[in-house]
Amino acid sequence: MIRIENLHMQFGGIHAVENVSLSIEKGSITGLIGPNGAGKTTLFNCIAGAYTPTSGKIYLDDEEITGLKPHELFARGLLRTFQIAQEFSTLTVRENLMMVPGDQCGESLIDTWLRPAKVREEEERIRAKADSVIEFLEITHVADELAGNLSGGQKKLLELGRTMMVDAKIVFLDEVGAGVNRTLLNTLGDAIQRLNKEHGYTFCMIEHDMDFVGRLCDPVIVMAEGELLAEGTIEDIKSNEHVIEAYLGTGLKNKPEPKS
Amino acid sequence: MVDFLNAFALLSNFVIVPAMTYGSQLALGALGVTLVYGILRFSNFAHGDTMAFGTMVTIFATWGLQSAGVSIHPLPTALLALPVGIAATVALCLVIDRSVYKFYRKSRSVPVVFLIASVGVMFVLNGVVRFIIGPGDQRFADGERFIIKAKAFKKLTGLNEGIAFKTSQGLTIVTAIIVVAALFWFLNRTRSGKSMRAYSDNEDLARLSGINPERVVMITWTLAAVLATIAGVLYGLDKSFKPFTYFQLLLPIFASAIVGGLGNPLGAIAGGFVIAFSEVVVAYAYKKFLTYLVPEQWAPDSLVQLLSTDYKFAVSFVILVLVLLIRPTGIFKGKGA
Repeated sequence: MIRIENLHMQFGGIHAVENVSLSIEKGSITGLIGPNGAGKTTLFNCIAGAYTPTSGKIYLDDEEITGLKPHELFARGLLRTFQIAQEFSTLTVRENLMMVPGDQCGESLIDTWLRPAKVREEEERIRAKADSVIEFLEITHVADELAGNLSGGQKKLLELGRTMMVDAKIVFLDEVGAGVNRTLLNTLGDAIQRLNKEHGYTFCMIEHDMDFVGRLCDPVIVMAEGELLAEGTIEDIKSNEHVIEAYLGTGLKNKPEPKS
Repeated sequence: MVDFLNAFALLSNFVIVPAMTYGSQLALGALGVTLVYGILRFSNFAHGDTMAFGTMVTIFATWGLQSAGVSIHPLPTALLALPVGIAATVALCLVIDRSVYKFYRKSRSVPVVFLIASVGVMFVLNGVVRFIIGPGDQRFADGERFIIKAKAFKKLTGLNEGIAFKTSQGLTIVTAIIVVAALFWFLNRTRSGKSMRAYSDNEDLARLSGINPERVVMITWTLAAVLATIAGVLYGLDKSFKPFTYFQLLLPIFASAIVGGLGNPLGAIAGGFVIAFSEVVVAYAYKKFLTYLVPEQWAPDSLVQLLSTDYKFAVSFVILVLVLLIRPTGIFKGKGA
């Protein structure tokens, strides 16, 4: 689905992402883990169009998408969420969701005044869709709340909901579980799994919570210092020496056991 | 009791009614400024001259209608000509956006660059308007001049002081209410309006959703042009049209928008009335008013005027400085000045 070839991203003298090649299979939930500063979010930003990579190529379904703008990628079904949830704080949850689909005829001034029936019909359709998304995510009780008043976890659900308003092919989740309480995290995990199984979404997620990763992701990709370190199932990764080293620091296991 | 009523009538005639009218005009102007600020994120200095341009076109259309013998007596003919002015101003704003601001949007310039560009647009429009219609005073109000005449009011109530209610004043207040109601309906109920609010709220996210930024910008200019023309024509009907006066209006309009909270439409309306009432209240001579209220011996000799009318623009300045010092986000929380 997504293929990345020799991707480099350089900021001044710093190599944030170095020679990364990987592919994400259609229908998978791929986890992307690694210590802080490993280049995970930079890689996401390159794929999702926020940065243009220094060199290398990115393909979506064998079509090159390197350097396309975020809204162009949105139109192709490549969506992302943010590490810090983004929302339209002065609109309600339902209005936030209804904002997502593009090219609505109600956006044209002429149609608003001259073709109210067509606009209303379209709005009904989108409202129904938004309501079904709200129900799916179990946030019916806050549907008419201003999005700015939601808790951090509910905002993350709203972000996920936004991807459901259009037919996404692949969704990049940037630390969707960070700062979310356990109950909401379960709801979130269920939603991701159901979207994956029932709607055929492909996910790629950056995550620090290993339980969450273990529950959802296969395969898991590990990055460290801008490079790809390992790839495999969560069991492979957990027992991989390089990975443990990257997380805990080098030379740890050669040191003598501290005497108690 | 009669003295009290006389004092009240006097105050209504010279303070309350004029301030309400002026406040409505400022509110309409400030709404345009605040919308542009909320969406395009810059202070549009050309707004006053956009008003002048719209009014100028409306005046020409009015003269045309008058010479053709068209009239909607007792209402001023200018109302009939207003759509022409609006159409021309919308076209002007869209053309300016295409030829000036779009370039800076593409190169993602900082707001101050837009602001400077708008100063340039201001000078150009200023020149164009004066070149076409001349720098002098133009009167284009016709129809019935008064809804209530001071004499009729005196006769009706038997008071010494009359309240005159001009057609232009009534028209201004009624139009302002209708326009504001329509604008709020548009912003809160229609998809276009919600897109505008969403774009103003979180531009990056809006670009990632299905919102077409160029379309939002176009709608914003259209609304700003409509508001500017209506405000300008109402002001011209109430007072008179002179290009330089419209340029000067920029200060109280900006003061209104900032006092209310830049980017906040409700704030723009509140700010308009705050500025208008302050200007009129401070510049009014209270001698007669006090004479009615206090015993004869206490009647003041001086005019009891806090500030000469020549200085009324200073009021906007003082309020502006106070707001920026004490509460920079304005009465209603705006985006900060």
